[in-house]
Amino acid sequence: MNLATLLSADLPYWAQSLLRVLGGLVAVLLPAGTVVYLFLFKMMSFMQSRLGPMEAGPQGSMQLFAEVGKWLQKEDIYPARADKFIFKLAPLIVLASTFLLVVVVPFGPDALFTNFEAGVFYALAVSSVSVLGILIAGWASANKYSLLGGLRAAGQLIAYELPMVLAVVGVVIQAGTMNLQQIVLAQNADSMFGFSGLGNPYVITQFVGFIVFMIAVQAELTQTPFDMPIAESELVSGYMTEYSGFRFLIFFIGEFATAGVFSMIASVLFLGGWAVPFSWFGWTTIDSIDNWMNIVGPLILFTKMIVIVFFIMWVRFSFPRFREDQLQKFAWKVLIPVSLANIMVTAILKVAF
Amino acid sequence: MFASDVLVAQNIGFAILATIMVIGALRVVTTSNVVHAALWLVVVLAGAAAQYVLLAAEFVAITQVLVYIGAVMVLFLFGTMLTRARIGAESDLNNKNWFLGIPVAVALFVAMAIALDSGFGSQKMPADSAVATTQEISDQIFGPYLLPFWALSFVLLAAVVGAIVLARRD
Repeated sequence: MNLATLLSADLPYWAQSLLRVLGGLVAVLLPAGTVVYLFLFKMMSFMQSRLGPMEAGPQGSMQLFAEVGKWLQKEDIYPARADKFIFKLAPLIVLASTFLLVVVVPFGPDALFTNFEAGVFYALAVSSVSVLGILIAGWASANKYSLLGGLRAAGQLIAYELPMVLAVVGVVIQAGTMNLQQIVLAQNADSMFGFSGLGNPYVITQFVGFIVFMIAVQAELTQTPFDMPIAESELVSGYMTEYSGFRFLIFFIGEFATAGVFSMIASVLFLGGWAVPFSWFGWTTIDSIDNWMNIVGPLILFTKMIVIVFFIMWVRFSFPRFREDQLQKFAWKVLIPVSLANIMVTAILKVAF
Repeated sequence: MFASDVLVAQNIGFAILATIMVIGALRVVTTSNVVHAALWLVVVLAGAAAQYVLLAAEFVAITQVLVYIGAVMVLFLFGTMLTRARIGAESDLNNKNWFLGIPVAVALFVAMAIALDSGFGSQKMPADSAVATTQEISDQIFGPYLLPFWALSFVLLAAVVGAIVLARRD
Protein backbone atom coordinates (compact mmCIF):
# COMPACT_ATOMS: atom_id res chain seq x y z
CA MET A 1 0.00 0.00 0.00
CA ASN A 2 2.21 2.84 -1.15
CA LEU A 3 3.24 4.76 -4.21
CA ALA A 4 4.66 1.59 -5.74
CA THR A 5 1.28 -0.07 -6.16
CA LEU A 6 0.19 3.04 -8.01
CA LEU A 7 2.85 2.39 -10.62
CA SER A 8 1.64 -1.24 -10.77
CA ALA A 9 5.19 -2.53 -10.38
CA ASP A 10 6.92 -4.31 -7.53
CA LEU A 11 9.70 -1.91 -6.78
CA PRO A 12 12.60 -3.00 -4.59
CA TYR A 13 12.97 -1.31 -1.23
CA TRP A 14 15.74 1.07 -2.36
CA ALA A 15 13.64 2.28 -5.29
CA GLN A 16 10.65 2.89 -3.03
CA SER A 17 12.88 4.83 -0.64
CA LEU A 18 14.26 6.87 -3.53
CA LEU A 19 10.71 7.61 -4.72
CA ARG A 20 9.76 8.72 -1.22
CA VAL A 21 12.75 11.03 -0.92
CA LEU A 22 11.95 12.58 -4.31
CA GLY A 23 8.27 12.83 -3.35
CA GLY A 24 9.23 14.54 -0.09
CA LEU A 25 11.41 17.05 -1.93
CA VAL A 26 8.56 17.84 -4.33
CA ALA A 27 6.02 18.05 -1.49
CA VAL A 28 8.20 20.58 0.33
CA LEU A 29 9.70 22.66 -2.48
CA LEU A 30 6.72 22.89 -4.84
CA PRO A 31 4.37 24.50 -2.28
CA ALA A 32 7.19 26.79 -1.12
CA GLY A 33 7.88 28.00 -4.67
CA THR A 34 4.21 28.39 -5.52
CA VAL A 35 3.48 30.30 -2.32
CA VAL A 36 6.38 32.69 -2.81
CA TYR A 37 5.59 33.44 -6.46
CA LEU A 38 1.80 33.52 -6.24
CA PHE A 39 1.41 35.36 -2.95
CA LEU A 40 4.65 37.04 -1.89
CA PHE A 41 5.44 38.36 -5.38
CA LYS A 42 2.13 38.75 -7.17
CA MET A 43 -0.63 39.08 -4.56
CA MET A 44 1.38 41.48 -2.40
CA SER A 45 2.16 43.59 -5.48
CA PHE A 46 -1.50 43.61 -6.50
CA MET A 47 -2.54 44.77 -3.04
CA GLN A 48 0.04 47.56 -3.22
CA SER A 49 -0.97 48.61 -6.77
CA ARG A 50 2.25 47.54 -8.47
CA LEU A 51 3.18 44.77 -10.86
CA GLY A 52 5.84 42.88 -8.99
CA PRO A 53 8.62 41.02 -10.85
CA MET A 54 7.87 41.04 -14.60
CA GLU A 55 11.24 40.59 -16.36
CA ALA A 56 12.32 36.98 -15.74
CA GLY A 57 10.08 34.71 -17.80
CA PRO A 58 6.40 35.30 -18.66
CA GLN A 59 4.81 37.42 -15.91
CA GLY A 60 8.05 37.10 -13.95
CA SER A 61 7.42 33.44 -13.28
CA MET A 62 11.12 32.56 -13.53
CA GLN A 63 12.01 35.17 -10.92
CA LEU A 64 12.37 32.48 -8.24
CA PHE A 65 15.18 30.74 -10.12
CA ALA A 66 16.93 34.07 -10.53
CA GLU A 67 16.61 34.71 -6.80
CA VAL A 68 17.89 31.27 -5.86
CA GLY A 69 20.80 31.69 -8.26
CA LYS A 70 21.63 35.04 -6.72
CA TRP A 71 21.60 33.64 -3.17
CA LEU A 72 23.72 30.64 -4.10
CA GLN A 73 26.45 32.88 -5.56
CA LYS A 74 26.74 35.03 -2.47
CA GLU A 75 29.72 34.83 -0.14
CA ASP A 76 29.21 32.66 2.94
CA ILE A 77 29.58 35.24 5.73
CA TYR A 78 29.46 34.69 9.44
CA PRO A 79 30.20 37.14 12.26
CA ALA A 80 33.72 36.96 13.71
CA ARG A 81 32.50 36.24 17.24
CA ALA A 82 29.76 33.80 16.23
CA ASP A 83 29.63 30.22 17.44
CA LYS A 84 30.35 28.88 13.97
CA PHE A 85 29.18 25.29 14.27
CA ILE A 86 25.87 26.18 15.94
CA PHE A 87 25.45 29.09 13.51
CA LYS A 88 25.65 26.66 10.59
CA LEU A 89 23.52 24.00 12.30
CA ALA A 90 20.54 26.24 13.11
CA PRO A 91 18.97 26.69 9.62
CA LEU A 92 19.33 22.95 9.00
CA ILE A 93 17.29 22.13 12.14
CA VAL A 94 14.51 24.44 10.93
CA LEU A 95 14.45 22.89 7.44
CA ALA A 96 14.71 19.33 8.83
CA SER A 97 11.62 19.91 10.95
CA THR A 98 9.72 20.91 7.79
CA PHE A 99 10.81 17.74 5.98
CA LEU A 100 9.86 15.59 8.98
CA LEU A 101 6.48 17.32 9.04
CA VAL A 102 5.53 16.51 5.47
CA VAL A 103 5.90 12.73 5.87
CA VAL A 104 2.60 12.33 7.75
CA VAL A 105 0.47 14.19 5.21
CA PRO A 106 -1.67 11.75 3.18
CA PHE A 107 -1.93 12.66 -0.53
CA GLY A 108 -4.23 9.89 -1.74
CA PRO A 109 -5.69 6.50 -0.82
CA ASP A 110 -2.32 4.83 -1.43
CA ALA A 111 -0.13 7.89 -1.98
CA LEU A 112 1.36 8.42 1.45
CA PHE A 113 4.82 8.39 2.93
CA THR A 114 3.96 6.83 6.29
CA ASN A 115 0.74 5.73 7.92
CA PHE A 116 1.43 6.86 11.48
CA GLU A 117 -1.15 5.75 14.04
CA ALA A 118 -0.58 8.97 16.01
CA GLY A 119 -0.13 11.11 12.88
CA VAL A 120 -1.46 14.48 13.97
CA PHE A 121 0.29 14.20 17.34
CA TYR A 122 3.56 13.49 15.51
CA ALA A 123 3.03 16.55 13.32
CA LEU A 124 2.55 18.81 16.33
CA ALA A 125 5.59 17.33 18.09
CA VAL A 126 7.91 17.65 15.10
CA SER A 127 6.82 21.19 14.29
CA SER A 128 7.87 22.23 17.79
CA VAL A 129 11.47 21.18 17.06
CA SER A 130 11.96 24.15 14.72
CA VAL A 131 11.83 26.47 17.77
CA LEU A 132 15.16 24.97 18.79
CA GLY A 133 16.74 25.97 15.48
CA ILE A 134 15.39 29.52 15.68
CA LEU A 135 16.53 29.93 19.28
CA ILE A 136 20.11 28.80 18.67
CA ALA A 137 20.25 30.80 15.42
CA GLY A 138 19.56 33.91 17.46
CA TRP A 139 22.10 32.99 20.11
CA ALA A 140 24.94 31.85 17.85
CA SER A 141 24.88 35.05 15.78
CA ALA A 142 26.63 37.03 18.55
CA ASN A 143 24.26 39.91 17.93
CA LYS A 144 21.87 41.48 20.43
CA TYR A 145 19.12 41.96 17.86
CA SER A 146 19.37 38.32 16.81
CA LEU A 147 19.25 37.11 20.41
CA LEU A 148 16.20 39.26 21.14
CA GLY A 149 14.51 37.91 18.02
CA GLY A 150 15.30 34.33 18.98
CA LEU A 151 13.95 34.80 22.50
CA ARG A 152 10.79 36.48 21.22
CA ALA A 153 10.30 33.63 18.75
CA ALA A 154 10.68 31.00 21.46
CA GLY A 155 8.22 32.75 23.78
CA GLN A 156 5.71 33.16 20.98
CA LEU A 157 5.98 29.67 19.53
CA ILE A 158 5.61 27.99 22.94
CA ALA A 159 2.59 30.15 23.77
CA TYR A 160 0.82 29.40 20.47
CA GLU A 161 1.68 25.71 20.34
CA LEU A 162 -0.73 25.09 23.19
CA PRO A 163 -3.94 26.44 21.54
CA MET A 164 -2.87 24.63 18.36
CA VAL A 165 -2.71 21.26 20.14
CA LEU A 166 -5.97 21.97 21.97
CA ALA A 167 -7.75 22.98 18.74
CA VAL A 168 -6.72 19.71 17.12
CA VAL A 169 -8.10 17.72 20.08
CA GLY A 170 -11.65 18.66 18.99
CA VAL A 171 -11.06 17.10 15.58
CA VAL A 172 -9.48 14.02 17.15
CA ILE A 173 -12.49 13.56 19.45
CA GLN A 174 -14.91 13.88 16.56
CA ALA A 175 -13.01 11.57 14.22
CA GLY A 176 -12.13 9.10 16.99
CA THR A 177 -8.56 8.71 15.66
CA MET A 178 -5.27 10.59 15.41
CA ASN A 179 -4.32 8.97 12.10
CA LEU A 180 -4.50 11.68 9.42
CA GLN A 181 -5.61 9.20 6.73
CA GLN A 182 -8.45 8.01 8.98
CA ILE A 183 -9.44 11.62 9.69
CA VAL A 184 -9.74 12.21 5.92
CA LEU A 185 -11.87 9.09 5.51
CA ALA A 186 -14.04 9.96 8.52
CA GLN A 187 -14.87 13.37 7.05
CA ASN A 188 -15.72 12.14 3.56
CA ALA A 189 -17.60 8.96 4.45
CA ASP A 190 -19.77 10.79 7.00
CA SER A 191 -22.92 12.79 6.37
CA MET A 192 -24.47 15.92 7.87
CA PHE A 193 -28.01 15.28 9.19
CA GLY A 194 -28.53 12.55 6.62
CA PHE A 195 -27.26 14.71 3.71
CA SER A 196 -24.11 13.08 2.38
CA GLY A 197 -23.48 15.25 -0.68
CA LEU A 198 -20.75 17.23 1.06
CA GLY A 199 -19.46 14.60 3.45
CA ASN A 200 -18.86 16.13 6.83
CA PRO A 201 -15.87 18.50 6.63
CA TYR A 202 -14.92 19.45 10.17
CA VAL A 203 -14.61 23.09 9.22
CA ILE A 204 -18.37 23.24 9.83
CA THR A 205 -18.73 21.27 13.05
CA GLN A 206 -15.35 22.32 14.41
CA PHE A 207 -15.52 25.92 13.21
CA VAL A 208 -14.21 27.31 16.50
CA GLY A 209 -11.35 24.83 16.42
CA PHE A 210 -10.57 25.80 12.81
CA ILE A 211 -10.36 29.51 13.65
CA VAL A 212 -8.16 28.86 16.71
CA PHE A 213 -5.97 26.51 14.65
CA MET A 214 -5.50 29.03 11.85
CA ILE A 215 -4.63 31.84 14.27
CA ALA A 216 -2.12 29.55 15.97
CA VAL A 217 -0.66 28.55 12.58
CA GLN A 218 -0.29 32.23 11.69
CA ALA A 219 1.66 32.71 14.92
CA GLU A 220 3.73 29.53 14.51
CA LEU A 221 4.78 30.70 11.05
CA THR A 222 5.64 34.13 12.54
CA GLN A 223 3.64 35.85 9.80
CA THR A 224 2.26 39.33 10.40
CA PRO A 225 0.41 40.20 12.74
CA PHE A 226 2.55 37.80 14.77
CA ASP A 227 5.94 38.77 13.33
CA MET A 228 7.34 40.21 16.54
CA PRO A 229 10.43 37.90 16.32
CA ILE A 230 11.59 39.44 13.03
CA ALA A 231 10.05 42.90 13.49
CA GLU A 232 12.10 44.80 10.93
CA SER A 233 11.49 48.25 12.41
CA GLU A 234 13.03 47.34 15.76
CA LEU A 235 15.14 44.18 15.38
CA VAL A 236 16.57 44.59 11.83
CA SER A 237 15.52 41.03 10.90
CA GLY A 238 15.46 39.22 14.24
CA TYR A 239 17.19 35.87 14.40
CA MET A 240 17.94 35.99 10.65
CA THR A 241 19.87 39.28 10.82
CA GLU A 242 23.36 37.79 10.45
CA TYR A 243 22.43 35.15 7.90
CA SER A 244 23.14 35.70 4.22
CA GLY A 245 23.44 33.77 1.00
CA PHE A 246 22.78 30.06 1.14
CA ARG A 247 21.91 29.95 4.85
CA PHE A 248 19.36 32.75 4.51
CA LEU A 249 17.89 30.84 1.57
CA ILE A 250 17.40 27.79 3.81
CA PHE A 251 15.54 29.90 6.38
CA PHE A 252 13.48 31.43 3.60
CA ILE A 253 12.55 28.06 2.06
CA GLY A 254 11.82 26.71 5.54
CA GLU A 255 9.44 29.58 6.28
CA PHE A 256 7.33 29.20 3.16
CA ALA A 257 7.56 25.41 2.94
CA THR A 258 6.28 25.23 6.50
CA ALA A 259 3.43 27.56 5.54
CA GLY A 260 2.55 25.13 2.75
CA VAL A 261 2.83 22.01 4.91
CA PHE A 262 0.83 23.51 7.77
CA SER A 263 -1.86 24.48 5.26
CA MET A 264 -1.90 20.90 3.98
CA ILE A 265 -2.35 19.63 7.54
CA ALA A 266 -5.11 22.19 8.12
CA SER A 267 -6.92 21.06 4.97
CA VAL A 268 -6.53 17.41 6.01
CA LEU A 269 -7.92 18.16 9.47
CA PHE A 270 -10.73 20.53 8.55
CA LEU A 271 -11.45 20.51 4.81
CA GLY A 272 -11.51 16.82 3.96
CA GLY A 273 -7.93 16.47 2.70
CA TRP A 274 -7.24 14.78 -0.63
CA ALA A 275 -10.65 13.11 -0.98
CA VAL A 276 -14.00 14.08 -2.42
CA PRO A 277 -17.21 13.10 -0.57
CA PHE A 278 -17.52 9.35 -1.05
CA SER A 279 -21.21 9.52 -2.00
CA TRP A 280 -20.29 11.20 -5.31
CA PHE A 281 -18.84 7.99 -6.71
CA GLY A 282 -20.55 5.45 -4.47
CA TRP A 283 -17.42 4.61 -2.48
CA THR A 284 -17.81 3.23 1.02
CA THR A 285 -14.42 2.22 2.37
CA ILE A 286 -10.82 3.01 1.51
CA ASP A 287 -10.49 -0.17 -0.56
CA SER A 288 -13.37 0.80 -2.85
CA ILE A 289 -11.77 4.09 -3.86
CA ASP A 290 -10.72 4.12 -7.49
CA ASN A 291 -7.01 4.18 -8.25
CA TRP A 292 -7.14 7.45 -10.18
CA MET A 293 -7.60 9.22 -6.85
CA ASN A 294 -3.86 8.68 -6.32
CA ILE A 295 -3.31 11.17 -9.16
CA VAL A 296 -6.25 13.50 -8.54
CA GLY A 297 -5.95 13.41 -4.73
CA PRO A 298 -2.64 15.32 -4.54
CA LEU A 299 -4.06 17.95 -6.92
CA ILE A 300 -7.17 18.38 -4.74
CA LEU A 301 -5.01 18.68 -1.63
CA PHE A 302 -2.75 21.17 -3.42
CA THR A 303 -5.76 23.31 -4.38
CA LYS A 304 -7.05 23.33 -0.82
CA MET A 305 -3.58 24.22 0.40
CA ILE A 306 -3.44 27.21 -1.96
CA VAL A 307 -6.81 28.42 -0.65
CA ILE A 308 -5.65 28.23 2.97
CA VAL A 309 -2.30 29.90 2.23
CA PHE A 310 -4.28 32.61 0.45
CA PHE A 311 -6.06 33.41 3.72
CA ILE A 312 -2.81 33.31 5.70
CA MET A 313 -1.18 35.74 3.28
CA TRP A 314 -4.27 37.93 3.09
CA VAL A 315 -4.11 38.39 6.86
CA ARG A 316 -0.36 38.91 6.62
CA PHE A 317 -0.62 41.77 4.16
CA SER A 318 -3.63 43.40 5.85
CA PHE A 319 -2.97 43.65 9.58
CA PRO A 320 -0.51 45.65 11.67
CA ARG A 321 1.80 43.93 14.12
CA PHE A 322 0.78 42.93 17.65
CA ARG A 323 2.73 44.33 20.57
CA GLU A 324 4.61 41.67 22.55
CA ASP A 325 2.34 41.83 25.64
CA GLN A 326 -0.83 41.82 23.50
CA LEU A 327 0.51 38.80 21.66
CA GLN A 328 1.09 36.80 24.85
CA LYS A 329 -2.21 37.93 26.39
CA PHE A 330 -4.11 36.88 23.28
CA ALA A 331 -2.70 33.36 23.42
CA TRP A 332 -3.13 32.73 27.14
CA LYS A 333 -6.32 34.65 27.88
CA VAL A 334 -8.34 34.22 24.69
CA LEU A 335 -7.22 31.29 22.53
CA ILE A 336 -6.52 28.72 25.25
CA PRO A 337 -9.83 29.23 27.15
CA VAL A 338 -11.77 29.20 23.86
CA SER A 339 -10.14 25.98 22.69
CA LEU A 340 -10.66 24.35 26.10
CA ALA A 341 -14.35 25.26 25.94
CA ASN A 342 -14.43 23.83 22.41
CA ILE A 343 -13.00 20.53 23.65
CA MET A 344 -15.61 20.34 26.42
CA VAL A 345 -18.52 21.06 24.09
CA THR A 346 -17.22 18.60 21.49
CA ALA A 347 -16.77 15.86 24.09
CA ILE A 348 -20.27 16.40 25.52
CA LEU A 349 -21.86 16.36 22.05
CA LYS A 350 -19.83 13.29 21.05
CA VAL A 351 -21.11 11.39 24.08
CA ALA A 352 -24.66 12.72 23.68
CA PHE A 353 -25.02 11.71 20.00
CA MET B 1 24.18 -17.69 13.54
CA PHE B 2 21.61 -16.23 15.92
CA ALA B 3 18.80 -17.91 17.82
CA SER B 4 15.50 -17.30 16.11
CA ASP B 5 14.17 -15.10 18.92
CA VAL B 6 17.08 -12.64 18.81
CA LEU B 7 16.09 -9.40 17.08
CA VAL B 8 19.30 -8.66 15.17
CA ALA B 9 18.31 -5.40 13.51
CA GLN B 10 16.81 -4.01 16.72
CA ASN B 11 19.93 -4.89 18.69
CA ILE B 12 22.20 -3.18 16.17
CA GLY B 13 19.94 -0.12 16.24
CA PHE B 14 19.98 -0.15 20.01
CA ALA B 15 23.78 -0.32 20.08
CA ILE B 16 24.17 2.64 17.71
CA LEU B 17 21.64 4.77 19.58
CA ALA B 18 23.03 3.82 22.96
CA THR B 19 26.56 4.78 21.88
CA ILE B 20 25.33 8.17 20.67
CA MET B 21 23.41 8.69 23.91
CA VAL B 22 26.40 7.80 26.14
CA ILE B 23 28.72 10.10 24.18
CA GLY B 24 26.10 12.86 24.32
CA ALA B 25 25.58 12.39 28.06
CA LEU B 26 29.33 12.60 28.71
CA ARG B 27 29.61 15.74 26.60
CA VAL B 28 26.75 17.35 28.57
CA VAL B 29 28.91 17.32 31.69
CA THR B 30 32.32 17.89 30.09
CA THR B 31 31.62 20.68 27.59
CA SER B 32 32.68 24.18 28.60
CA ASN B 33 29.67 26.09 27.30
CA VAL B 34 26.19 26.12 28.78
CA VAL B 35 24.34 26.20 25.46
CA HIS B 36 26.48 23.40 24.04
CA ALA B 37 25.66 21.33 27.13
CA ALA B 38 21.94 21.92 26.57
CA LEU B 39 22.25 20.91 22.90
CA TRP B 40 24.08 17.70 23.84
CA LEU B 41 21.21 17.02 26.23
CA VAL B 42 18.87 17.39 23.23
CA VAL B 43 20.90 14.64 21.51
CA VAL B 44 20.47 12.37 24.56
CA LEU B 45 16.72 13.01 24.77
CA ALA B 46 16.25 12.47 21.04
CA GLY B 47 18.14 9.20 21.42
CA ALA B 48 15.69 8.17 24.14
CA ALA B 49 12.81 8.95 21.77
CA ALA B 50 14.45 6.77 19.11
CA GLN B 51 14.80 3.94 21.67
CA TYR B 52 11.06 4.16 22.32
CA VAL B 53 10.44 3.77 18.59
CA LEU B 54 12.62 0.64 18.65
CA LEU B 55 10.39 -0.67 21.45
CA ALA B 56 7.32 -0.11 19.22
CA ALA B 57 6.07 2.59 21.61
CA GLU B 58 5.20 5.22 19.03
CA PHE B 59 3.03 7.39 21.26
CA VAL B 60 5.61 7.54 24.05
CA ALA B 61 8.33 8.45 21.56
CA ILE B 62 6.28 11.33 20.13
CA THR B 63 5.44 12.53 23.63
CA GLN B 64 9.15 12.48 24.44
CA VAL B 65 9.86 14.74 21.44
CA LEU B 66 6.96 17.10 22.16
CA VAL B 67 7.58 17.46 25.89
CA TYR B 68 11.34 17.19 26.28
CA ILE B 69 12.74 18.63 23.05
CA GLY B 70 9.89 20.93 22.07
CA ALA B 71 9.13 22.34 25.51
CA VAL B 72 11.59 21.51 28.32
CA MET B 73 14.81 22.03 26.35
CA VAL B 74 13.46 25.17 24.69
CA LEU B 75 12.69 26.58 28.15
CA PHE B 76 16.17 25.52 29.35
CA LEU B 77 17.80 27.35 26.45
CA PHE B 78 15.43 30.30 26.85
CA GLY B 79 16.37 30.62 30.52
CA THR B 80 20.12 30.34 30.02
CA MET B 81 20.16 32.69 27.04
CA LEU B 82 18.12 35.26 28.95
CA THR B 83 20.53 35.25 31.87
CA ARG B 84 24.13 34.16 31.33
CA ALA B 85 24.88 32.23 28.17
CA ARG B 86 28.04 33.59 26.55
CA ILE B 87 29.62 32.41 23.32
CA GLY B 88 32.89 30.52 23.74
CA ALA B 89 34.39 28.50 26.57
CA GLU B 90 33.72 29.37 30.20
CA SER B 91 36.03 28.21 32.95
CA ASP B 92 33.75 28.58 35.99
CA LEU B 93 31.06 26.07 34.99
CA ASN B 94 32.29 23.37 37.39
CA ASN B 95 32.35 23.97 41.12
CA LYS B 96 34.81 22.19 43.38
CA ASN B 97 32.34 19.51 44.49
CA TRP B 98 31.78 18.14 40.99
CA PHE B 99 33.26 14.72 41.83
CA LEU B 100 30.34 14.07 44.24
CA GLY B 101 28.16 13.67 41.18
CA ILE B 102 29.96 10.48 40.12
CA PRO B 103 28.92 8.28 43.10
CA VAL B 104 25.39 9.70 42.93
CA ALA B 105 25.18 8.82 39.23
CA VAL B 106 26.55 5.31 39.84
CA ALA B 107 24.14 4.74 42.75
CA LEU B 108 21.22 5.92 40.63
CA PHE B 109 22.29 3.65 37.77
CA VAL B 110 22.54 0.62 40.09
CA ALA B 111 19.15 1.37 41.67
CA MET B 112 17.50 1.70 38.24
CA ALA B 113 19.18 -1.46 36.96
CA ILE B 114 18.03 -3.47 39.97
CA ALA B 115 14.50 -2.10 39.72
CA LEU B 116 14.27 -2.88 36.00
CA ASP B 117 15.82 -6.32 36.39
CA SER B 118 13.57 -7.39 39.24
CA GLY B 119 10.55 -5.93 37.48
CA PHE B 120 11.05 -7.18 33.91
CA GLY B 121 14.17 -9.36 34.10
CA SER B 122 12.70 -12.53 32.68
CA GLN B 123 10.38 -10.92 30.12
CA LYS B 124 11.31 -10.60 26.47
CA MET B 125 9.83 -8.47 23.75
CA PRO B 126 7.94 -10.68 21.29
CA ALA B 127 9.54 -10.63 17.86
CA ASP B 128 6.27 -9.69 16.18
CA SER B 129 5.21 -7.07 18.73
CA ALA B 130 2.56 -4.80 17.32
CA VAL B 131 2.74 -1.05 17.83
CA ALA B 132 0.87 -0.12 21.01
CA THR B 133 -2.01 2.02 19.86
CA THR B 134 -2.95 5.26 21.51
CA GLN B 135 -6.32 3.82 22.52
CA GLU B 136 -4.63 1.07 24.54
CA ILE B 137 -2.46 3.61 26.34
CA SER B 138 -5.38 5.89 27.15
CA ASP B 139 -7.44 2.90 28.34
CA GLN B 140 -4.61 2.10 30.73
CA ILE B 141 -4.19 5.70 31.96
CA PHE B 142 -7.90 6.29 32.54
CA GLY B 143 -8.48 2.77 33.88
CA PRO B 144 -6.07 1.00 36.25
CA TYR B 145 -3.63 3.91 36.48
CA LEU B 146 -6.18 6.66 37.11
CA LEU B 147 -5.13 7.30 40.71
CA PRO B 148 -1.38 7.71 40.00
CA PHE B 149 -2.34 9.93 37.05
CA TRP B 150 -4.38 12.18 39.34
CA ALA B 151 -1.62 12.22 41.95
CA LEU B 152 0.87 13.33 39.27
CA SER B 153 -1.47 16.11 38.16
CA PHE B 154 -1.66 17.37 41.74
CA VAL B 155 2.14 17.41 41.95
CA LEU B 156 2.28 19.44 38.74
CA LEU B 157 -0.44 21.79 40.01
CA ALA B 158 1.53 22.33 43.20
CA ALA B 159 4.63 23.12 41.13
CA VAL B 160 2.68 25.63 39.03
CA VAL B 161 1.25 27.37 42.10
CA GLY B 162 4.69 27.39 43.69
CA ALA B 163 6.22 28.98 40.58
CA ILE B 164 3.60 31.71 40.61
CA VAL B 165 4.17 32.39 44.31
CA LEU B 166 7.93 32.62 43.77
CA ALA B 167 7.63 34.86 40.71
CA ARG B 168 5.12 37.36 42.07
CA ARG B 169 6.56 40.23 44.07
CA ASP B 170 3.34 41.63 45.55
